[in-house]
Parts: sequence; structure tokens; C-alpha cells
Amino acid sequence: MIEVQGLTKYFGRLAAINNISFTVQTGSVVGFLGPNGAGKTTTMRMLTCYTPPSSGSIRILGMDALSDSMKIRRNLGYLPENVPLYDWMRVCSYLDFVCRAKGVPSGNRKAEIERVSSSVGLDDVMGKLVKWLSKGYRQRLGLAQALIGDPPIIILDEPTIGLDPRQIREIRSLIKGLSKNKTVILSTHILPEVSQICDRVIIINRGTLVAEDTPSNLMAVKGKSRRCSIAVRALETDLTNLLSAAPGVLSVKTGASEIDGVAVVTVESLPEVEVRSELARLIVARGWDLLELKSIDFSLEDVFIDLITEEPIEPQSTENLQNKEVA
Amino acid sequence: MTGFLAIFRKEMANFFVSPIAYSVITIFLLISGFFFWANLSVMSLISLQAANDPMISQRINLTDVVVRPLTQNMSIVLLFLIPLLTMRLFSEEKKTGAIELLMTYPISDLSAVLGKFFAALAVLIVMLSGTISYPIILWRLGEFDVGVFLSGYLGLLMMGAAFAGLGIFVSIMTENQIVSAAISFGLALMFWIISWASSFAGQTWGVILKQLSILERLESFHKGILSLSDLSFFLFFTVFFIFLCLRSLESLRWRG
Repeated sequence: MIEVQGLTKYFGRLAAINNISFTVQTGSVVGFLGPNGAGKTTTMRMLTCYTPPSSGSIRILGMDALSDSMKIRRNLGYLPENVPLYDWMRVCSYLDFVCRAKGVPSGNRKAEIERVSSSVGLDDVMGKLVKWLSKGYRQRLGLAQALIGDPPIIILDEPTIGLDPRQIREIRSLIKGLSKNKTVILSTHILPEVSQICDRVIIINRGTLVAEDTPSNLMAVKGKSRRCSIAVRALETDLTNLLSAAPGVLSVKTGASEIDGVAVVTVESLPEVEVRSELARLIVARGWDLLELKSIDFSLEDVFIDLITEEPIEPQSTENLQNKEVA
Repeated sequence: MTGFLAIFRKEMANFFVSPIAYSVITIFLLISGFFFWANLSVMSLISLQAANDPMISQRINLTDVVVRPLTQNMSIVLLFLIPLLTMRLFSEEKKTGAIELLMTYPISDLSAVLGKFFAALAVLIVMLSGTISYPIILWRLGEFDVGVFLSGYLGLLMMGAAFAGLGIFVSIMTENQIVSAAISFGLALMFWIISWASSFAGQTWGVILKQLSILERLESFHKGILSLSDLSFFLFFTVFFIFLCLRSLESLRWRG
């Protein structure tokens, strides 16, 4: 279990992470999302005891990250974003070094290397120099070193970056398999990946936590509007004018150009108003053929973009607005 | 000291997998071999002259003509070569980003620094061991003071350890190996010749600069004199730079 309370990290006067708190339960896979520069890597570095927080606390398996750093590091596997490996080593020697560095007993090293190498599919390249490995195998080796010692906490910074689709699928299923008895935190930019393998999602933006929930809850609750797609045999401009005037409709966006006289539009409406029945009634009343009317679910990508583009309202600017109103 | 052996083994493997150790050891043995041969040639020339002059023959010996100049010259060669051994120890890890991974393993900073320090020291010992033939040759040629020879080598080892500590500290400060080597050499040279400024630095500063000078400290080792103050100086010098290494790693952690 990982408990983070009021975590803050300053670089000079810049707060890279500002007062974030979250809890990760044992046995869950948590996706860490955020745009570039949001503070994902900095947070991961604090969780792995690489860098201490400026304030706040991190407790991993009940131990404090500052005072019990060494004990936590014994229970941790970490894959940094750029997979730093020793190019001059052979794969087997590298894994042997990691075993020694992590304090795997000498009698168990061979079995541990065999277990990890077969689980990530490194058996074919054990005798190769690291510098001759392909990107995919480097990523696997990076993952292998994180798994050495069978740590209960695994932290992966963009584990599938640069892999081909087949490799991505393999690594995803491997990570999913890990979650049975381990706590996994991973950061990624591939949002469908999060929906597929993560139990929970933490979204941070500009160093602050903007959302923490399950992917399905985020997609259901966080949408600020409803959307539906409508295909009608009519002129696009006429259809747009009709639907725009309907109560609860926020906007009407035209999609593909008219084909065979069929206009396809996307209607965005207020989340609390069900507009589909009213829109259907209006279209039929005009005598147009309603060919399709379907609700469009928000994807995690929509939610993500929505959350990270939200501008916080500055207290000063609110005050200014009130002053203007008074004036 | 968890992980000390892992780091030591890795660094030793890196030294001997890459051409670094072979190049440095070869250069050291070639240059020191040249000095040994040159000193022996001088000894041979003086011996010929001494055959006609009993006064000279009483005053010359292998210790003064061969052993002392040899260890003095070897110390200058090490001044150039030790920065080449230490330049990559942390710089390379910083450049590749491997230091991030290393610092998340259950390895204490002290173990990481000492693992690298003793690996550099082990290569130095291998280098010095390569000159084992010199005392054997000298022993076959005549008598020489083994104490002066051993004391000179101890001086080289102590100086090497001091420069290794300094070099590792510099390699933590930069990602660039060439910059690391250049700064290490510059600082080592400064500590070497610092006593040259003692004559015009005033009385108090002159004494301090002489005390800090590695050249002055080594002199007693070359003469076969082991003094506690010289031994303590090198020990303190080495420990001080290892302490700076630990502080630099801590600073690196805080800077993320």
C-alpha cells in the first residue's frame, strides 16, 4: 500500500509538485497521467526514494520514504523513462549485477535470473551485449531489472514507449499479470492502455492532482456535456439551424460533408438534459428522414483533455469581476 | 555496506571489458620501464667512472641512483593517469541516467562511492604490481635499501588513493568525462605544486601551502621515512574527498 500526503517538491522557487495526496491499495494497477512537464516523473522519483520531497509524506508498505528509504528500496522495482542500462554488459551479467545490487542471496540468483528472463521473454538474448539489443528488448531488460527480487511495489515510467504493437500487447499482459499480488504504478501517454490495464487513474496537471478515480467513473462522471450523433436526409445548414434552437443544446458540429443528401452532425447538450427525444421529434415534424441517432460516450482521452485544459479561476480575477459588476 | 561488492565487481568489469585499464596500465608500464632503464643506464655509467675513483664508488648506490628517482618519476606519471581512471566513474552514470536506477537500488551512497573508489585503487595496485620485476632485477644487480623501495611504493599508493578520491568527487560534479579528467588533473596538479608559491606567500601562508603540498609530503616517502603526519595527511585528504562525494550525491538527490 502506498499513502501520499501533501506531497510537494520545489526546484528552486518552482513548485514542480504542489500538495498532492493519494492512496494506492495493494494489488492494484494505477495509471499516472498528465501532460509533459506535469510532474509525473518527479512524483515517481519521490516514490522510488530517488529524490526526497520538499514537504509532505510518503508511506510505502507502512514505512516512511525519508527515514526507511533503504527498506523501501528493498521492496521496490523501478523502470525509469529512458531505460538506462550498461551497454558494455551482457544481458546475463547485467541481471546478475542487479541481483547482487538488490541483495538476492547467491544461491537464488541463477533461479531468479531464469524466472525473470523467461517472464519478460529475454531467453533468446541472454548472451548478447546490451548495446546490440533492439528497443523492444532494452525495454524488456529494463522491466526485468525492475522485477528482480520479486518486489511487491513496481513503478514503471512509460513502460511501453517505443515498442511495436505486438510487444506493447505482451508487456501489457505482463503488467496485468503482475497485479495479482503486487502494487503497480505506471505512467503513460497512451490513454487506451490505461483503460485496458489500470484499476485506477491519477491525473496530475502543473504539479497538482486534478482527478483520481477508476477509468469508468472518470468517463461517466467527469464529462461536462452529453454528445450524440445524428444522420438525417436534409440540408446540413437547415439541420444545424433547427437543432441549434432546441432547448438544452450547447452546440452543433458538422462532421463529414453531405453524401447522397445525408447530413451528419454531432450535438453537444447539457449533461442534465436528455435532448435526444426532443431532437428526434423536431426532425420528424419537419418531414425529414431520421437515419441514425446515437449517443457518443466520452473516452478517457476526452476526460483527460477536458481536465488538463481547465483553467483555474484566480481569486484576484473573481474579485475584479465582482468589482466590475458593482461598478 | 550493502551493495559495495556489487558496485566493486561492476566497476572492475567495466575497467577490464573496456580498453581503459589496459591502455592506462600499458602506458604506465612503458613509461616507468623507460625510467627504470634510464636510471640503470645512469648507474652503469657512474659505476664505470667510479672504477677509477674510490671516492665516488663509496657514495653511489642503487637506492639513490635508481630507486628514489624511479618512485619520484612514477608519481608524476600517476598524476597524469589517475584522472583517466576516475573520469567516468560517476560521469558516465550521470550521462546515461543509470545513476537514477542505481540510487533506487538498496545500495547506500557510501557503498556506491567506496565500491568505485576501491575499484580504481585495485587498478592502481595492478599497475604497481606490474613493476614487481624492478626490485628482482635490482636484487640481482646489487644491494639496495628495500625499506626505501617499499616506502616509495607506499607513497605512490597513498597519493593514488588521494587522487582517486579527488577524481571521483569531480566525476560526480559533471556528466562530461573529458571535463572530469581535465578538472581532476588540474586540481591534482595544483595540490602537487602548491608549495612553489610558499616562498612569496608570506610566512603563515607559506607554511600552510607547504603542508598542503603533495610534492612535499611525498618527499619523505621517497627518502624511506614514514612519518605519521604524512600518512595522516594522505588519509585525511582521501577521506575528505570521499566525504565530499557523499555530500554531492546527497545534493544530487535533493536536486532530483
